[in-house]
Amino acid sequence: MKSLGSFRRTFAPWNDAQAKPFIAIENVTKKFGDFAAVNDLSLNIYNREFFALLGASGCGKSTLLRMLAGFEEPTSGRILIDGQDMRGIPPYKRPVNMMFQSYALFPHMTVEGNIAFGLKQEGMAKADIEARVAEMLKLVKLEQFAKRKPHQLSGGQRQRVALARCVAKRPKVLLLDEPLGALDKKLREETQFELMDLQMKLGLTFVVVTHDQEEAMTMADRIAVMDKGKVMQVATPAEVYEAPNSKFVADFIGNVNMFEGTAASVAGGKIDIAVAPESLTIRTDSASKSFTAGQPVGFAIRPEKIRVSRKPPADPSVNSAQGELYDIAYFGDMTVFHVKLESGRIIKAASLNAVRTVEDPLGYDDTVWVNFDTDAGIVLTA
Amino acid sequence: MNTTWSRFNIASLVLGFAFLYLPIVLLVIYSFNESRLVTVWAGFSTKWYVSLFHNQSFIDAAWVTIRVALVSASVATVLGTLGALAISRYTRFRGRLLFSAMIYAPLVMPEVITGLSMLLLFVAIGFDRGLWTMILAHITFSMCFVAVVVQSRLVSFDRSLEEAAMDLGATPVTTFFRVTLPVILPAVVSGWMLAFTLSLDDLVISSFTSGPGATTLPMRIYSQVRLGVTPEINAACTILIAIVTIGVIIASIANKRREVQRARDEQTAARN
Repeated sequence: MKSLGSFRRTFAPWNDAQAKPFIAIENVTKKFGDFAAVNDLSLNIYNREFFALLGASGCGKSTLLRMLAGFEEPTSGRILIDGQDMRGIPPYKRPVNMMFQSYALFPHMTVEGNIAFGLKQEGMAKADIEARVAEMLKLVKLEQFAKRKPHQLSGGQRQRVALARCVAKRPKVLLLDEPLGALDKKLREETQFELMDLQMKLGLTFVVVTHDQEEAMTMADRIAVMDKGKVMQVATPAEVYEAPNSKFVADFIGNVNMFEGTAASVAGGKIDIAVAPESLTIRTDSASKSFTAGQPVGFAIRPEKIRVSRKPPADPSVNSAQGELYDIAYFGDMTVFHVKLESGRIIKAASLNAVRTVEDPLGYDDTVWVNFDTDAGIVLTA
Repeated sequence: MNTTWSRFNIASLVLGFAFLYLPIVLLVIYSFNESRLVTVWAGFSTKWYVSLFHNQSFIDAAWVTIRVALVSASVATVLGTLGALAISRYTRFRGRLLFSAMIYAPLVMPEVITGLSMLLLFVAIGFDRGLWTMILAHITFSMCFVAVVVQSRLVSFDRSLEEAAMDLGATPVTTFFRVTLPVILPAVVSGWMLAFTLSLDDLVISSFTSGPGATTLPMRIYSQVRLGVTPEINAACTILIAIVTIGVIIASIANKRREVQRARDEQTAARN
């Protein structure tokens, strides 16, 4: 596994201009009546990539997945898989297999029968089918359940049968629709890592649809954040979190404190943002784009990048403001403080509970200072 | 739950069952009557059963009835299932609402009208009336019952099963026979059984559409009764009742067993 790990560390075909995408989605639109579920969407997915389509329900992510599987035809645009145009090719002739949210296990067949179903359609020899089924059962650790029917299995076991069934055909691409949606929290966390291991072992391309951002962040190489049939940003989990390209993405992924203002002074990559009604000025040096003074901008900063203290910060160059502690949410591993500034704005600040006991812990209504470094947040224009 | 038997409970139970079963019980008892007169008890005898089995016209009628029921139930099941699939699957074709209303209309159509219209059609196209016209008529009125039964199953059918089959490389035809049909089979079978029973005891439509040489058991019984009820008819009815009762008992035992098995399976699943 060590070699695979180092492979993973250097795996970034999307940065390689020479790399050919394995799945190319080109200007695809899908309309149901007048409603565009997917709207002029383009996306490249590379071989062996673990790709997540992330969005709220109704954002078009499932429709996109169903177009890849062949259950829906694009209204316009085209989809290429391994260089081949998929228009007009029915689901049963595509080199992809899908794992359904409901698992869609055939209730009248045993676990074996379910896994063998796709292989029988290929006309594979009986002995080969048996060998492949045994291999798949071993892969998902269900050897002793081969003769059971789906309703005799627990939720987690059903999920593994569904996985084995669509992996059995050795497809080039595996499409997974909310693969962990029906599992409880503990099982979901375990299964996330099992899925990642499986994807590495088999060297497949995975496209996962999910509404759970933690799931997407944990598993995926890259995430496409979708909204209203469009892709808002495609990037690695870290980039999506730390460098969102828009207010939508910043707000959608994780928690964020969002400020709206105007660029007050622009000099040498440093921007001061005036947050109008509150006479608040935020000093930043995180700007990579060029701005003009007076331009309206947004500023997003994650709660864990904000510190809360009883005294004003010693270094006067950091951003700081005084307020009172309005709410405390204790999560065990961390605590989220809601600090109310004089203007009435609530700032969310998260701090890790790295030590068990604190002398003089912060309490409700305490007067505190929030402060953060000039490079802790991100300036947004969209 | 209150499990004590109040007088009111007992009274309503007895009255209810009496209302339902008294006529049938009387019919069965008098089938074992020694006397020729149906209403006068003259001791126990099975002679009417013996004479029934020597009555060739009854045997012939029973044979016709069974043939009509088998053929019409089978064809009606195929057509009804196809109709149910069309209505529940192709939700966007033109005239779907009209089509689905039309398939259910025969359910509430008076039998006399169905029978008469079939008769007029057969006369108009010059189709000689007999066994086959009766089979056609039975198919017509029983297929909509099959469609109703099958469609109610298809409502809860998970379409992703079919998509999964196609995704795994099965053509639409293979998908239907390997996945869809096996899953909806219980509904199809009960549709067939319903069509079979409806055909067995139909009198009105059969009377309109049958011809010479094709007389079903209900028609034979009815025409005999008009000449006067004989205990032979009681015997024939008792046999019919026995067949139906056995059928119902077998079906409910099978059903119960399935339920018990299912509950046990689910416990097994929960344990591991």
